[in-house]
Amino acid sequence: MKFQSQAVAKPYFIAAIVLFIGQIIFGLVMGLQYVIGDFLFPAIPFNVARMVHTNLLIIWLLFGFMGSAYYLIPEESETELYSPKLAIALFWIFLAAGVLTIIGYLAVPYATLAHITGNDLLPTMGREFLEMPTITKVGIVIVALGFLFNIGMTVLKGRKTAISMIMIMGQVGLAVFFLFSFYNPENLILDKIFWWWVVHLWVEGVWELIMGSILAFVLIKTTGVDREIIEKWLYMIIAMALITGILGTGHHYFWIGAPEYWQLIGSVFSAMEPIPFFMMTLFAFNMVNQRRREHPNKAAVLWALGTAVMAFLGAGVWGFLHTLAPVNYFTHGTQITAAHGHMAFYGAYVMIVLTMISYSMPMMRGRAAANSKASQTVEMWSFWLMTVAMVFITLFLTGAGILQIFLQRMGDSPQNFMVVQERIQIFYWLREAAGVMFFIGLMTYVASFFVKGKEATLKG
Amino acid sequence: MSEAFTKSMARNIFFGGSLFFFLVFVGLTIHTTRELPERDHRENINEMVVLGKKVWEDNNCIGCHTLLGEGAYFAPELGNVYTRFGNSKEAIKGFIMSRPVNGIPGRRSMPQFNLTEEELEGIAEFLKWTSEVNTANWPPNIQG
Repeated sequence: MKFQSQAVAKPYFIAAIVLFIGQIIFGLVMGLQYVIGDFLFPAIPFNVARMVHTNLLIIWLLFGFMGSAYYLIPEESETELYSPKLAIALFWIFLAAGVLTIIGYLAVPYATLAHITGNDLLPTMGREFLEMPTITKVGIVIVALGFLFNIGMTVLKGRKTAISMIMIMGQVGLAVFFLFSFYNPENLILDKIFWWWVVHLWVEGVWELIMGSILAFVLIKTTGVDREIIEKWLYMIIAMALITGILGTGHHYFWIGAPEYWQLIGSVFSAMEPIPFFMMTLFAFNMVNQRRREHPNKAAVLWALGTAVMAFLGAGVWGFLHTLAPVNYFTHGTQITAAHGHMAFYGAYVMIVLTMISYSMPMMRGRAAANSKASQTVEMWSFWLMTVAMVFITLFLTGAGILQIFLQRMGDSPQNFMVVQERIQIFYWLREAAGVMFFIGLMTYVASFFVKGKEATLKG
Repeated sequence: MSEAFTKSMARNIFFGGSLFFFLVFVGLTIHTTRELPERDHRENINEMVVLGKKVWEDNNCIGCHTLLGEGAYFAPELGNVYTRFGNSKEAIKGFIMSRPVNGIPGRRSMPQFNLTEEELEGIAEFLKWTSEVNTANWPPNIQG
């Protein structure tokens, strides 16, 4: 660790991992509810489990992104963080807001939570992924502003690199587009159109800047390839991400009441969205092949290569699978969407955060560069367990989705939703089994932090 | 990448390209919002539809259902439920009212939300209005 203040990232990463565990537990609950419909009913209805699952994901990824920035920005800027105290204070505020919100979801009916948190005054709740109470949303904005101020001031007083600038642009974009979550018009169609300004412009827009910047940072550190080359790649990747991704928003406007021209625009531009992800794959493998040093942290390099490949498969390939309007007409709102969502989020955002944790955590825990070989071996096992499990979750959901579409929307005698759900149950059982495997992988990941042994060294 | 292609060229493509396409996107979005009144029939959004949307949100219906294909995939699509239920608001209200408090053994069941008569009327009006939005012929059939 080059600067003491980088260590503020450590609590952020620990919180991220703990909340990740919670997310997967609720994922398993939902997976079981898909096949045993009354499981935990009415104590934890499906919608509550799902809210906890998706909101925990968002919260822990935000912890991961902020932690990554707190680690990366001082090192790139070659100066201490502007205010480590502010970073720690914001950590506790964000954790309290996140945990209280989750407890709120579980403790009282959602309508009660909406009522006691003042949703009548400024209704923002009850929309997918933005279910958190308005007051939590305000808290997120405050934390984001404090965070941006902190890393912004750090960059201002230090060296300005492309990596840190792109990280900051990504984080500013994240905060700015989140503001659309406060816009909830009475007209559902307008609501939906601008809801995507948060959701799509996050995950297929500014989050890719954050992802690219973290990947570039870790690749510079682990491969020793010249910064000029890495940053050139980074600019081209994020250029393609935004050039395709912004108008790619159109693929969400096909069937929600917007004019038909979005079918053409959305299809064409989102069909190109795999390009930046494919470039990311080429980028990661090229840099590792051209490496000028053997970094002792092999696990971090594995995560970096893994995230590039899995993001391409999940976001790129599985996204393209159902993005063309004539195909999406049938796949829209089915298990195909769920399949894509799982692999894309895991490949792009879960794995990039784990890449950063894998790279930085050993240093924050007092090692020179890497964990022991034994610890890295366990970590690499967890990589394969989780990644293979996610491939199977995606394949089983894809199988379920194809049958759902055929039985419900394409066959000669379209059947009722619930009838179809019963008929495709075997796929949900297999998905749940793959989910258990994922959970075992996650436990293995956690265990890797507790494996002792002599530190792996350069050329060791 | 070749040496002739420099980092600053890449940076310019990023800034220029992103800005250009963002402006195009904003322009198209403005155009879309101007076209929307023809498609969403907002003249029919009355007090009950507004109340219905609030009830929809306050009970997190999107956590199980899809509405125009967006939401969760655990329970049926509701964008066309009004037509699927035979253009009947009473059928929608009756279904919501009759959900058993403790669910159905072994099966998925919608929770009992104990909505008032006014809230039920609101949600039915909201779903009726939604079913009348021009969605480019989606969903493909009545099953949603």
